Amino acid sequence: MIPSLPRPAWLRAGTAAYALLFFAFLFLPLAVVAVFAFNDAPYPAPPWRGFTLDWFIGGAAGRTGLFADGPLLHSVWTSALVAGWVTLLSVLFGTANAFLIERTRFRGKQALSLLMLAPLVIPGVILGISILAFASRVAQFADDSLGLELDFLRPGLPLVVLGQFSYIVAIATLTITARLRRFDTTLEEAAYNLGASRAAVLATITLPYLKPALVGAAAISFLMSFENFNTTLMLVGSDPPLTVLMYGRMREGASPVLNAVSLFLMLASALLALSLLRRGGVPDTR
Amino acid sequence: MQTDRPGVAAARTRLLFLLLLAPALLWLVGLIVLPHLELGVLSLRARVAPRQYEASLAQYRTFFEEPLYWHTFVRTAVMSIVATALTLLLAFPVAWTIAKIVRGRTRSLLFVLCLIPFWVSETVRTLGWMILLRESGVLPGLLVAMGLTAVPIEMLYRDATILVGLVYTSLLFMVVPLIGALETLDDSLIEAAYDLGGSGLSIMRQIVIPHAAPGITAGCIVVFMLTLGNYLTPTLLGGKNSLWFTEQIYTQFITRFNWEQGAAFGFLLLVLSTAIVWAGLKLAGQRFGEVMQRA
Repeated sequence: MIPSLPRPAWLRAGTAAYALLFFAFLFLPLAVVAVFAFNDAPYPAPPWRGFTLDWFIGGAAGRTGLFADGPLLHSVWTSALVAGWVTLLSVLFGTANAFLIERTRFRGKQALSLLMLAPLVIPGVILGISILAFASRVAQFADDSLGLELDFLRPGLPLVVLGQFSYIVAIATLTITARLRRFDTTLEEAAYNLGASRAAVLATITLPYLKPALVGAAAISFLMSFENFNTTLMLVGSDPPLTVLMYGRMREGASPVLNAVSLFLMLASALLALSLLRRGGVPDTR
Repeated sequence: MQTDRPGVAAARTRLLFLLLLAPALLWLVGLIVLPHLELGVLSLRARVAPRQYEASLAQYRTFFEEPLYWHTFVRTAVMSIVATALTLLLAFPVAWTIAKIVRGRTRSLLFVLCLIPFWVSETVRTLGWMILLRESGVLPGLLVAMGLTAVPIEMLYRDATILVGLVYTSLLFMVVPLIGALETLDDSLIEAAYDLGGSGLSIMRQIVIPHAAPGITAGCIVVFMLTLGNYLTPTLLGGKNSLWFTEQIYTQFITRFNWEQGAAFGFLLLVLSTAIVWAGLKLAGQRFGEVMQRA
């Protein structure tokens, strides 16, 4: 069971074999995606027909590589744009929420902080359709009674940002609150005693302390937004982010250009993950 | 001036409080509470003429009268429970290995190795499974090459395939809370139990599992919820045979533009998810807030 107890040899061998199989299972799908990005064939399938970089830099008909594939590149940009907005909003709102939970006292705080966790247990599809329905009701109301055309409330990127934000901010709130809770408030009191203003204390003491959590929350928000599919699918208009575009192409029968873009996603994720872990940041991806 | 100060300070504190409260209310009321009320209202009405609606339970009646709909519903729930159980079984030994057996650098390395695949989009991981399992894919080809099957077999579009995909997608959300729970278990408790003659099985049942219960509950709840609400994995790996309930919601809402029916389906899924999460918490004697902190 544990190293300090006698373990029979078969159990030790069994544990090692299981761990090996487990990690093979984890990495097998990623490995094949990466390998078939370089296969010289029109479909990402065996047999191996030789090495090519066509799926990255090719431009011939039927062989559009990643860097010649306009719609695909545009969808990457769309995803980054959406993720940027979601990250900004989530970190701002998450910080305000953290101060609300940790630094104020009011009636109903317990209920409010429980409600903040609710978006995490609501399926993403339902978050999507409920926001879609509500936005449409508001837009209808504005149109009927005020004569206003509120286009941003129709399916499209602003709604995608709102939909993703609605649950990603809950994760940002948890991350930032956890760090603020461990803050030693006597540091702030000392600064006040020395004559610092509220703004000065916030800028020189509290925010620098919170920085690792803010960076961690921003990284997680960006990643979760970039990868979100369920909520996005319900709210997307005519401008699909990368995951929605990939989904559409995968249903039609994929071309290896999807493997090529996936390889870049993997490298980017791995870099982000490693740099966060190196900072001693957050191992928690929820 | 001197007498004014406390009043001004109190007013400023009050203003600050309202400024902090506003974002939370904007988010929770504007994006969570009101949209779900709207969904509830939508589900409880029926169209009688163009732009004419009246209150009715017709949407819910359709759900119970049309076998396809409630079959899909039950099937989604059962498969999500099976997937959650399988994920727990697969993840536990690995979490145990990382939390209790390996030490030092190996341990951090294994932990990071567990995390990395899940930093990659679910779309990419599903693409990998499709390349592995489709008829012209890697595994069917391998089976033929090994002489196990005469012709390549189609491994996509089966229930087992959907389960593999769902378990794969969920592993991390089980492994992390399990490691968290197992790490806090003091080794000396296991040693003491062993000295007192406990067998592997009895130690597991009487010491390890009760101690890890909060982590197990947290992992199971998150995994179940994510599985139930998943759309990508069942539709891509299961194709037309997937019969996943989120797909019905999508069809009603987006394809058929029947928002009333789609809202009713959405509400039913929400009720199911909440009910099972609640039952899981009751069974394990846990509280929602604490569990979510762990997850």
